Amino acid sequence: MECYLGIDVGSVSTNFALIDKHGKMLKKLYLRTAGRPIETIKSGLKMLKEDLKDDIEIKGVGTTGSGRKLASVIVGADVVKNEITAHAVASISEIPTVQTILEIGGQDSKIIILRDGIVVDFAMNTVCAAGTGSFLDRQAQRLGIPIELFGEIAIRSKNPTRIAGRCAVFAESDMIHKQQLGYKVEDILKGLCQALVRNYLANVAKGKEINPPVVFQGGVAANSGIKRAFEEELGMEIIVPEHFDVMGALGAALLAKKAMSQNKQKQTNFYGFEAAFKEHRAESFECNGCPNLCEIVQIYVDNKLIARWGDRCGRWSENVAV
Amino acid sequence: MKVTFPHMGNLYIPLRTFFENLGAEVVVPPLSSKRTLEIGCKYSPEFACLPLKVTLGNFIEALEMGADTIVMAGGVGPCRFGYYAEVQREILKDLGYDFDMIVLEPPQGHFWDLIKKFKYITNKKSFKEIYLAGKLAWKKIILLDRLEKMVNRIRAVELEKGKTDKAYKKALNLISNARDEQELAFARQQIEKEISSIKKAKERNLLKVGLVGEIYTLLEPFVNFNIEKQLGELGVLVERSIYISQWVRENLLPSFMKSKEPEVLAKLAEPYIPCFVGGHGRESVAQIVSYAKQGFDGVIHLLPLTCMPEIVAKSVLPMVSKIHSIPVMTLVLDEHSAETGLRTRLEAFIDLIRERKEEEEFGVLSWD
Ligand code: SF4
Ligand code: SF4
Repeated sequence: MECYLGIDVGSVSTNFALIDKHGKMLKKLYLRTAGRPIETIKSGLKMLKEDLKDDIEIKGVGTTGSGRKLASVIVGADVVKNEITAHAVASISEIPTVQTILEIGGQDSKIIILRDGIVVDFAMNTVCAAGTGSFLDRQAQRLGIPIELFGEIAIRSKNPTRIAGRCAVFAESDMIHKQQLGYKVEDILKGLCQALVRNYLANVAKGKEINPPVVFQGGVAANSGIKRAFEEELGMEIIVPEHFDVMGALGAALLAKKAMSQNKQKQTNFYGFEAAFKEHRAESFECNGCPNLCEIVQIYVDNKLIARWGDRCGRWSENVAV
Repeated sequence: MKVTFPHMGNLYIPLRTFFENLGAEVVVPPLSSKRTLEIGCKYSPEFACLPLKVTLGNFIEALEMGADTIVMAGGVGPCRFGYYAEVQREILKDLGYDFDMIVLEPPQGHFWDLIKKFKYITNKKSFKEIYLAGKLAWKKIILLDRLEKMVNRIRAVELEKGKTDKAYKKALNLISNARDEQELAFARQQIEKEISSIKKAKERNLLKVGLVGEIYTLLEPFVNFNIEKQLGELGVLVERSIYISQWVRENLLPSFMKSKEPEVLAKLAEPYIPCFVGGHGRESVAQIVSYAKQGFDGVIHLLPLTCMPEIVAKSVLPMVSKIHSIPVMTLVLDEHSAETGLRTRLEAFIDLIRERKEEEEFGVLSWD
């Protein structure tokens, strides 16, 4: 069977999506990156390999996420795409008329505005932690609530506590304060959901025109409390797509499929699942060539240098033929 | 006397020529680097805009190298640029440096003041000598602008990756080293020959993107992560709205030598920003309108965090973008900006305008 593979490498999670030639999801994986992207990519490949029947033939590979370049040199990608485009492509494939995508992942959040199936505007927040999944994880942990139950409990609240949500540090101390005052956990959780939504709309969406259909994706979309808070705040129905947690990977796979079908002669660059069994090593050093002190990253496969980046001036990256 | 000045893109080349030809010893600060930014930030008020921080870093690095006279531009109007020199002088004095700071105010009718200052810096050289040194520097500026424009057009279509930038580096050296007008004319020939020999791919649907915004972030590749080069690598033809010649015209030349172009341009911004808002806020808006009229596919608007004039411009951009049907992306830069985040945004923006262009070819999309 012909398939396409999408890999989305972020600092929090690394996701895989394997689709067939009609774009149907065959297998998805959501793994924690835990600061070890290379290992995570390889174990993802191994898990896919073990799970799949032998008649699978990978016809194309796409990578996305902040680690897209790294993933591409490790697995051999045909398409290397930014997260915005990948998320938009995946969303359109599930809800073709989508006009607004709200995406909240573990490490960042985005808003994408589309009209007639085309991205016309977007914004990304990579700085403020108060608008991301990691923030929710932390607060859930602090309250001793498993993150999977967060939304369920929050939805029960009749009287949400108001939490100052402008910034992660304030929100956290405010929440601790409210907790000590003895507010109900469900009310605090709901308050956190509302704070996150307010923060997202003020800092990420920033006055962009949010028209329905609105799709909510990214890891945080699993949290029904946040979904509800968005619905209340926007007064619109919010759609959470089936594969909300791996939309970036799905988009990358779809993009690979598109690229390969446009050029029938082309063979995939995919190194095969054997890539998972090669020995990869990432090294970095500080260049002393000038006061920029760039951190140069070098990737070795079986002790052979295959890629190098991180220099501002091209002194290092230009000398490796990838 | 050892003269130094802040960096802003290639401005150091004509400035060095100018002062050296007048017999001054010149200390060009090291090109802005992470170290420059770090020391600059360390000693600047936190909420100062990025250009102040980086140029302060330039000064410290130059003083460390033995410079004792700083030449800095002044400014007028509601934006903070007018206070830069004063603030920086105080900071440097507090740090215990011993130096002279000469502030060149824009010569609104005070052109002789400027000449007097140059006379002082250059040990009482005659007006004629100043004029001649100025002329060579000015010719270098014109050539540099031409070079940058050429490079921005070719990089997007070069067949052999990196070729354009190699030629560019070489060209900068040639211009920098030219000692008189004859040598400069020769350098110019060589540069043109070299650049026109770069093999180009035939690209029918080349994307065109305009760059507008605050002048320092536009001109200084260190703070904008070499955005022109990055866009070129993504296969995009880039045109910048401000070049050094324009800055020198506006800031150092007497008013009768100024071109009328800015006034004509400002008219384009009138429906959105009717008055002067400091810096280039109004020009940014006007340039976007102008790029839209010239059929560009998109515009990128650059500004340093907390830059007042450009924040005013930014506030009207959604309207401008809608009315003139041109996508605009604003990038705010500060000392915490990371290259990966910028790159992702650039790539996404280019995807956006590319899709839009392809769609337009079939005549379906209306940008609303
Ligand atoms: S890689 Fe280039 S820019 Fe970076 S420190 Fe080395 S010489 Fe400087
Ligand atoms: S134009 Fe902006 S960055 Fe420049 S001095 Fe004024 S406020 Fe600062």
